Amino acid sequence: MNLKNTFNLGVKELRGLWRDPVMLALIVYAFSLSVWTTANSSPDALSNAAIAIVDEDQSHLSTRISSAFYPPYFVSPRMITAAEMDDRMDQGLDTFAVNIPPDFERDVLGGRSPAIQLNVDATRMSQAFTGGGYIQQIVSAEVSEFVSGHRSETELPVDLALRARYNPSLDPKWFGAISSVIQSITMLSLVLTGSALIREKEHGTVEHLLVMPVTATEIMVSKIWSMGLVVLLGSSFSLLVVVQALMDVPVQGSVALFLAGTALMIFAMTGLGIFLATIAGSMPQFALLLMLALLPLQVLSGAMTPRESMPEIIQNLMLAAPNTHFIILSQGILFRGAGFDVVWPQFLALALIGFVLFQLALVRFRAFLR
Amino acid sequence: MNGVAAGVSGLTLRYGAVIALNDVTLDIPSGCMVGLIGPDGVGKSSLLSLLAGARVVQEGDVNVLGGDMRNLKHRNRICPRIAYMPQGLGKNLYPTLSVEENLDFFGSLFGHDKAERERRIVDLLAATGMSPFRDRPAAKLSGGMKQKLGLCCALIHDPDFLILDEPTTGVDPLSRRQFWDLIDRIRGERPEMSVITATAYMEEAARFDWIVAMNAGRVLASGTKQELLERTGASDLDTAFISLLPEEDRDGDATVVIPPRADEMTDVAIEAEGLTQRFGDFVAVDNVSFRISRGEIFGFLGSNGCGKTTTMKMLTGLLEPSEGRARLFGHEVDASDLGVRRRVGFMSQAFSLYSELTVRQNLELHAKLFAMKPEKIPSRVAEMIARFDLADVINNLPDALPLGIRQRLSLAVAMIHGPEILILDEPTSGVDPVARNAFWRILAELSRQDGVTIFVSTHFMNEAEWCDRISLMHAGKVLVSDTAAEITRNKACDTLEDAFVAYLQDAIGETPEVLEPMETNAIAPVSGAGGASEAARQKGFSLQRLLSYSRLESLQLQRDPIRLAMALVGTLLLMIVIGLGINMDVEDLSFAVLDRDQTTTSRSYVADISGSRYFIEQDPLSSYDELDARMRSGDLSLAIEIPPGFAADIAAGRDVSVGAWFDGANTTRANTVQGYVQGMHSAWLSAQARQIYGDAALTGNFELVTRYRYNPDVRSLDAMVPAIIPLLLLMIPAILTTLSVARERELGSIINFYVTPVTRLEFLIGKQLPYIALAMLNFLLMMAIAVTFFAVPFNGDFVGFALAALIYVVATTALGLLVSVFIASQVAALFATAMLTMIPAVSYSGLIDPVSSLSGFGRVVGEIYPTTWFVTAARGAFSKAFGMAELAGPMLAMGISVPVILGLAAFFLSKQAK
Repeated sequence: MNLKNTFNLGVKELRGLWRDPVMLALIVYAFSLSVWTTANSSPDALSNAAIAIVDEDQSHLSTRISSAFYPPYFVSPRMITAAEMDDRMDQGLDTFAVNIPPDFERDVLGGRSPAIQLNVDATRMSQAFTGGGYIQQIVSAEVSEFVSGHRSETELPVDLALRARYNPSLDPKWFGAISSVIQSITMLSLVLTGSALIREKEHGTVEHLLVMPVTATEIMVSKIWSMGLVVLLGSSFSLLVVVQALMDVPVQGSVALFLAGTALMIFAMTGLGIFLATIAGSMPQFALLLMLALLPLQVLSGAMTPRESMPEIIQNLMLAAPNTHFIILSQGILFRGAGFDVVWPQFLALALIGFVLFQLALVRFRAFLR
Repeated sequence: MNGVAAGVSGLTLRYGAVIALNDVTLDIPSGCMVGLIGPDGVGKSSLLSLLAGARVVQEGDVNVLGGDMRNLKHRNRICPRIAYMPQGLGKNLYPTLSVEENLDFFGSLFGHDKAERERRIVDLLAATGMSPFRDRPAAKLSGGMKQKLGLCCALIHDPDFLILDEPTTGVDPLSRRQFWDLIDRIRGERPEMSVITATAYMEEAARFDWIVAMNAGRVLASGTKQELLERTGASDLDTAFISLLPEEDRDGDATVVIPPRADEMTDVAIEAEGLTQRFGDFVAVDNVSFRISRGEIFGFLGSNGCGKTTTMKMLTGLLEPSEGRARLFGHEVDASDLGVRRRVGFMSQAFSLYSELTVRQNLELHAKLFAMKPEKIPSRVAEMIARFDLADVINNLPDALPLGIRQRLSLAVAMIHGPEILILDEPTSGVDPVARNAFWRILAELSRQDGVTIFVSTHFMNEAEWCDRISLMHAGKVLVSDTAAEITRNKACDTLEDAFVAYLQDAIGETPEVLEPMETNAIAPVSGAGGASEAARQKGFSLQRLLSYSRLESLQLQRDPIRLAMALVGTLLLMIVIGLGINMDVEDLSFAVLDRDQTTTSRSYVADISGSRYFIEQDPLSSYDELDARMRSGDLSLAIEIPPGFAADIAAGRDVSVGAWFDGANTTRANTVQGYVQGMHSAWLSAQARQIYGDAALTGNFELVTRYRYNPDVRSLDAMVPAIIPLLLLMIPAILTTLSVARERELGSIINFYVTPVTRLEFLIGKQLPYIALAMLNFLLMMAIAVTFFAVPFNGDFVGFALAALIYVVATTALGLLVSVFIASQVAALFATAMLTMIPAVSYSGLIDPVSSLSGFGRVVGEIYPTTWFVTAARGAFSKAFGMAELAGPMLAMGISVPVILGLAAFFLSKQAK
């Protein structure tokens, strides 16, 4: 392999990218705005949840409870009758329906511990959980305040000191931001190398390159280093400027170590990008293939939900995907401050996967040129 | 020449800032053969597409067959009488469909019944000698055969006005001749038919009754060939055309003179010996041998696909020959020998320049790749710029340059490293005669002054005559190699073209299956079929045309593996992935304990955690350092510390605190872990309290009884799967229908929609039907996965739900069509559809919050978007035991949206190119 050729061809790729405004916009968006918005839109947050109240007590206390629900967490509750409740829930109009029984206030004050019924439409999963908790807290607070000092409590003196490590306030933004950077790295390393190859094929310039004193390996490596460099610079910017400086997400470990891991990840993904491009052959087909490939890579790698929640076989299959190792590695370094002594198995795995993908891509690439 | 078939006046057409036609006024006589001549890009194709009604008239008048082409009624009335064959080999054909399937499609668009179509197909194929290739996919036909098939498709409905756009470009002379003979015979049968054809070959113009010469969007002259020659005083049309050009375009010296070779150099530069290349069963190049000496200009003549390019690739080492040897300067060509490549310059068919680099950057890059010494590069680049006259455009991008200059740049790039051999693959295709002459003058100079050996392939006979020697090639074989004069003399012909045709006939005589003898009156019965012509003029909605588009779409889909995979397994794959991905029920979390108490009480605390299905206990911890290290490595999700004296403190009623550290990196998981631990802690406390204080300890002010309705186990899958199905039945079917229209646009076959009687609704619904069927299949598969693999209980009425799904996919496929109306490229279609359909679906369709809690714009979208209603139906059918009665409301709401969406799509879809 001639390094000078590889360098010159790579510079050509960079010049080509520079003249492609759509791609440039995509890169800038993926590493700035996309990271920002994904991190700040937390999917579990409760907002404007639809709630209805059946007040069969019509007492001072029940009115107090009803007026304790207001935006932004809940919409202003709709007061309905017991007869309407089932039908409305069937139609999916309300997510929560609180039923306050007759004589509720009297029974509370009398210490008879009456029951309030909370109906939750559990088909709206994310709200069912968080909303149920909120409602419990709100009702409890109202009732306690109402009966304040009325009764004494009996409980064991055992306290549970729960401490979340690496993200003490469990701010979902932290994890969201890093996941989003990883998502952008995955997507762009595939898209940039794949489309660089297909563009060359569609313009008929690959053949032209091959009659010059350059080899297939040089052509492929030039695409990998140039596009990989762009992604690496983008991810460094995203981590240092967007995530650390602008979003104030603290990073525990060594950024340099993380970027070294990123470089390995990019190496593996760009190989995959070239591989997919040789299968697709044209831009539309490549885009279709990406839709089928990107989602599993991202969803099943542990970037969105914990790997532990997936079936054993999927967990094992996903060990072949670079993303899985990169997620483990970046969580280790960025959040837990892990050093190379801890994350070396992931480095090794990424290097191995990258090497295999590179070889596969090279074989396919040579065949593709024929 | 009686009357006028078509006429235009004051016709101007712009593509953005580019003027394609500039105030053209022209009358085209009827009942004769009109030729439109001129180089590429002068507006010939634009004029023809306007005559065919395929393009919107911007300015001026177009009258065809006695009516105004801007009038929709007139276009509809005469469109069955016009046949249009666009430029490009097989441009209006469907490459994956066989010859018969292509013809059958066009026949059914014009309303022929099955028997009628069969009769016409048999006749036309026999007449064109295509019968043996009935089942071959159009993509695998040679250029000549593609054009014949295109002609068959155009002729299947007996048109009165035949519009052919460069039908013979890239076709070998024999096929060209046969093509024109075929046209002549058809005209013999139907003398009333008018034909207008564009061509880049001046030689063909002799056949035309009437010639129109065009340049730069204007008509230079029109008249019979004789009139044109007389007017210009030229002896042939090439020269006549050049002298018709305005002074400044003529380039002074119009002739090419190749000086004789000074001293016959005898050393061999290129040598091929029995070169053979096979691709599977197909022999692309069959035992080709030749020797070319240094400084010679060697021409390679043949049709597209005859093996010229493959031979060149073997010479340059791009392809390993299956058999035989190629030598350059006595060295065998070896793909791994990069040294030989430095002595060769190659210019491939597609102008192989980097469109994203400027002229100078292109030159410099190639110089560097050929490992020229850095200090020599600037001077060499300057030399090339001067020699190839590129100084004016040095900082321009190649795409912005005219073809002639791009071709000079390509040659400059191929010459940058001073090669001794130049291999040029059809360097002058599509270039105007003036630029071609200039190009050949450069070649002559290179050969005669610099002693460069030039190996060039071409379609043009006049260029072939400028070569020192030529080889005629056909079907992978070299028919003859000699000087042009000698070849002509051998066959006792007047022109090289005649000689070439004679050689081709000899060659084909040996392989009779290529051309069947034509049946003398094969065409007659076709034109005699009056009944079918009546059907062809059928007005209004036609189920037959609709179904022919459905059939076309399904055939194409079957033969495209990636799209088919997307259509068949895309939804399933994504459903499984998303189902697994959004599963929030976390199990098997690892935890370890730092137990500093080691009493029965502390062990019972730990046993509660390790006994749950959520946690798996790891080796106990012995120190904080270990705890730290193991959490850092991601080994533990949770660590519990029980302080010394835990049991004793509880017994004594002293405050005591259990420490629990959990990994907060992944917040979703952390929240779940936190919830689990809190739950288990309080459960343990209540159990202990009950032991100590008795049941009274548990009473509170009130009790909140939570009923998780419809999903009592609160399984996230039971909740999410009914919501995933509507999303996937929206996204993928919509993308597929958008792609199906965008593909036609991108590949050019949309022209068939423009120029045949098919209506917008027939086109749209025809394309939609196969995808509705596919989406329903996907629906059934997803239901199967949901109830088996994900074990989600289904409580409602299945038939009712399936019916709702059917209405829903009709709506979603229609949404895709609506998006496609506004989008030209496939890639844009893909992303636009994904975004435009998914955003309202995720945000406003009641997936997370009911539409009733939305307000403003989102509320409006949510109320009318079909996904809202199908989400309600799906959740109802799965979890709420909906029957037909409850499902009727959503079905009605979705049902109303279908005609609205389709109507909008049909309204915005244009039946002409803009």
